[in-house]
Amino acid sequence: MGKKLVSLENIAFKYEGQSRHAVDHVSFDIYEGEWLAIVGHNGSGKSTLAKLLNGLQFPQAGTILVNGKELTEETVWEARSKIGMVFQNPDNQFVGATVQDDVAFGLENAGIPLPEMVQRVQNALNKVKMESFLNQEPHHLSGGQKQRVAIAGVLALQPDLIILDEATSMLDPRGREEVLETVRELKEENLLTVISITHDLEEAAKADRMIVMNEGKLYRQGIPTDIFQMEGELIELGLDIPFSVKLSKELKERGIGLIKSHLTEEELVRELCELHSKM
Amino acid sequence: MLDKMILGRYVPVDSTIHKMDPRSKLLLVFLFVCIIFLANNLISYGLIGLFTLILLMLSKIPIRFLYNGLKPILFLIIFTFVLHILFTKEGEVVFNFGWLEIYDGGLRQGLFISLRFTFLILVTSLLTLTTNPISITDGMETLLHPFKKWKLPVHELSLMMSIALRFIPTLMEETDKIMKAQMARGVDFSSGPLKERIKAIVPLLVPLFVSAFKRAEELAIAMEARGYRGGEGRTKYRQLKWQTVDTLLMLSLVVLTILLVLLRS
Ligand SMILES: Nc1ncnc2c1ncn2[C@@H]1O[C@H](COP(=O)(O)OP(=O)(O)O)[C@@H](O)[C@H]1O
Ligand SMILES: [Mg+2]
Repeated sequence: MGKKLVSLENIAFKYEGQSRHAVDHVSFDIYEGEWLAIVGHNGSGKSTLAKLLNGLQFPQAGTILVNGKELTEETVWEARSKIGMVFQNPDNQFVGATVQDDVAFGLENAGIPLPEMVQRVQNALNKVKMESFLNQEPHHLSGGQKQRVAIAGVLALQPDLIILDEATSMLDPRGREEVLETVRELKEENLLTVISITHDLEEAAKADRMIVMNEGKLYRQGIPTDIFQMEGELIELGLDIPFSVKLSKELKERGIGLIKSHLTEEELVRELCELHSKM
Repeated sequence: MLDKMILGRYVPVDSTIHKMDPRSKLLLVFLFVCIIFLANNLISYGLIGLFTLILLMLSKIPIRFLYNGLKPILFLIIFTFVLHILFTKEGEVVFNFGWLEIYDGGLRQGLFISLRFTFLILVTSLLTLTTNPISITDGMETLLHPFKKWKLPVHELSLMMSIALRFIPTLMEETDKIMKAQMARGVDFSSGPLKERIKAIVPLLVPLFVSAFKRAEELAIAMEARGYRGGEGRTKYRQLKWQTVDTLLMLSLVVLTILLVLLRS
């Protein structure tokens, strides 16, 4: 595993007027180049965690280290330039009047000079394959396209880490695949580190590592295969485990000679085919 | 449909006026509004009319859009005209229908005031018809820049305006959606007594406002996450380009002013 990019040490956070901690003494590390999925029921503190990482909220206890430097009110702008965020609602994060204006927004904030800005906007839009929509207005774009523009806006700032906070949950299946494919390609290309906060365990199954949150606490972390071993528990935590995992388990219980556990449909189909050819 | 009412104002045609710098167009409108008051006789009004006509022709905006701009105040124009004819009793009597006497002074005043109205509306609507709203915002921001010294929050105002413009279609769409949802529950927006119709609007406005506030909050967070911290130290992606046509237009405006001063009586 690569070097530590961000580490959280015993982070606690409570919203004003709330009796319960939204994030309750959580510690974990994020490594360079990995895809980390954070799952958990509604209100388990995932978004709050993301906001803490970006300095949109500050913890009441514990420290966050970004590249070894503590995240405080003084270092927050530096940290924000390294950590990009894409939010759930495609409409409510589109600031610019057109696609290119929106991508440029973060660059304008950073005071990047115009010639470089033009270059970076172009590059970022090429990377998410939205270069032909330069002058399009947001209400003429699909949800998936808007999210890709949001990703371009983050990429233009050349961050080390991108946090997707349920960025695909409001999209139709095609838009979802479109966005995930984009992020996957980007991650392959330039060693971007990805945190994807999601409800969709099928999506989480494809991550390198998973964190399960429950009522503000870190419930479990590990590789997806291990996490999905605890099916019953996951369901109790209010999560819906992937169909392939359920089916594979049922089949095993019925005495079908499957050996592995299956996080994706393809894996299951492959082993079933192999099994079939042996019969 | 609702969408067209406000945003349909900008007519994207390829014309000299469209390509001009929004700053020069804004200045044009501002100066035009001032110098139109110099005109006080037939020849000076004729001159302004000619100038307006040239601008309209350069803009290549179809007549129907210009007419749409005039329509709402057509009544006002006719009304003032009639008022002058009836009540301005200057000069000589031109018509006499017994109870009604029309003076040439009234006729002239009526005509001039109506012309002034018409030209003003035509030129100002030319601005919105040939410039997309976001460019107008950009132009305003640069033109108002000097007023920053007196604590006018120029950057904030223009950002506010551009965000408002960007969200108009989004909110229109949402209104439409909520309206349909209410209609599916049997709410009638389009008929019945006025009181009932106003009552029907309330369950439309409440969810709309709630969602607008939620959007605003999320947008603020998203902006902050992307490093927004006010106008200080910000660069601008949209650049305005002052071209030769803009200078020419300004010069023609100066010439027009001089001519008006010479020709007015
Ligand atoms: N702005 C806020 N003010 C007060 N409480 C909040 C706020 N945002 C979230 N919470 C509370 O904090 C807890 C965690 O919320 P959140 O981080 O949004 O969870 P998740 O993203 O996992 O659904 C919830 O109990 C929620 O009610
Ligand atoms: Mg959330």
